[in-house]
Amino acid sequence: MKFKSVFDIIGPVMIGPSSSHTAGAARIGRVARDLFGRQPEWAKIHLYGSFAETYKGHSTDVAIVGGLLDYDTDDERIKTSFEEAAEAGMEFEFIPETGHTDHPNTARVVVGDSRSEMSMVGISIGGGKIEITELNGFPLRLSGNHPAILVVHDDRSGCIANVSNCLYKYDINIGHMEVSRRQKGEMALMVIEVDQTVDRAIMDELRQLPNITQVTRIAD
Amino acid sequence: MDVLFRNVKELVERAENEDKLISEIMIEQEMLITQRSREEIMIQMERNLTVMEEAVEKGLKGVHSVSGLTGGDAVLLQAYIEKGNTLSGALMLDAVSKAVATNEVNAAMGTICATPTAGSAGVVPGTLFAVKNQLNPTREQMIRYLFTSGAFGFVVANNASISGAAGGCQAEVGSAAAMASAAIVEMAGGTPQQSSEAFAITMKNMLGLVCDPVAGLVEVPCVKRNAMGASNAVVAADMALAGVTSRIPCDEVIGAMFEIGQSMPSALKETAKGGLAATPTGKWLESKIFGGSVVGSGR
Repeated sequence: MKFKSVFDIIGPVMIGPSSSHTAGAARIGRVARDLFGRQPEWAKIHLYGSFAETYKGHSTDVAIVGGLLDYDTDDERIKTSFEEAAEAGMEFEFIPETGHTDHPNTARVVVGDSRSEMSMVGISIGGGKIEITELNGFPLRLSGNHPAILVVHDDRSGCIANVSNCLYKYDINIGHMEVSRRQKGEMALMVIEVDQTVDRAIMDELRQLPNITQVTRIAD
Repeated sequence: MDVLFRNVKELVERAENEDKLISEIMIEQEMLITQRSREEIMIQMERNLTVMEEAVEKGLKGVHSVSGLTGGDAVLLQAYIEKGNTLSGALMLDAVSKAVATNEVNAAMGTICATPTAGSAGVVPGTLFAVKNQLNPTREQMIRYLFTSGAFGFVVANNASISGAAGGCQAEVGSAAAMASAAIVEMAGGTPQQSSEAFAITMKNMLGLVCDPVAGLVEVPCVKRNAMGASNAVVAADMALAGVTSRIPCDEVIGAMFEIGQSMPSALKETAKGGLAATPTGKWLESKIFGGSVVGSGR
């Protein structure tokens, strides 16, 4: 079941006009910022399908930039996000694409600064709900039926054991887990689907573990 | 993940076997899934109710979108109701005007609560604040109205779709109208089964509705489709309360909605390439608003 809470249906509280193209878009931008770990200096946003065709009418562009500035779906500043971005020194560019994607509302968000770059693909599946399907070229194969977290870490022994031990401590059961890495010893990823919701305190504890760079919730 | 219901049949059976309201089953399932207390969940839903109330109030005072395509109709309708000689009835037009008010606020980038989406956000609150005047519900019953709507929306979202881009307008305003009619029935004292009949009757009459927004804006025809969705919901609720039933069971109607959405061409699924968006006037409005080109960075 992709939609788990009644508040996925009656909600979110948001700035109009579209839950998938405005609220969902803001959430995609915000997850990108969260995964990047800080406000990027620049962003290139590739839009596909219905996003590409209607992004201006739905204020999808304004919403994604708002998300990159860490605004929630009901933050009034979404309306003036372009001005806020200019003030914050964040450059952005929107590129409507004609290629076909699996989901009609797909955005590839590439962000960066002088230190690093990151690429992420998000889809907006309706009612403001989103899923992250790709990070830095790694496909994130989620069933979408369970809460999921993403852990970015250095490829060192013990990382996977530490993370699973921490989840075990809070009685969180892992239903599905995938690990991948780019090169031996470099950046690696864990995508973990669990049976219970991972709350903020546990997320913080995971972040404190050695060699962990980023922990983000990618599905509720 | 364990849930109390996966389809409408299970929802209605559980409610009738346990002698509970559909809203109660939804609240219990939310407690089970999120491990939160009843109180927390009720408070969050009341916040959503307050957002809906404020949006209706704002819309009834009169708002206009940046494009100029929508706004002010809720005010016209209220003034017309005041004259006291409406043809479709004061309650009906009140629901219509409050649905319009909400969507006019949404189109003007105001704050709304998606039910189930922003483009279809007018139907559930529009009908709620209209039937409220006749049924005089408690605040808790008004919150329960949203849980009943949510229970049916939950089934549609998981078994079909609530996205115009995936299933057309039938998945958005269609779902919203059907959800609202089921909630009206519960508030009016109908049975869980009658709620499901009202849902089925409404949804059957929304099947095939395409998503063809002019210039890609959530304005034309979205605002007026919310108006008609609200009226459908009220009529279907009355039919179900009268004892009329749907020959096709609710879950099969939802299945048909999904199948129809799958076979709908993408030009009619929120791409602004077909239907009303592709009419000469639709295209003219698009070029007037966006200056012909929609490609480029920034705006």
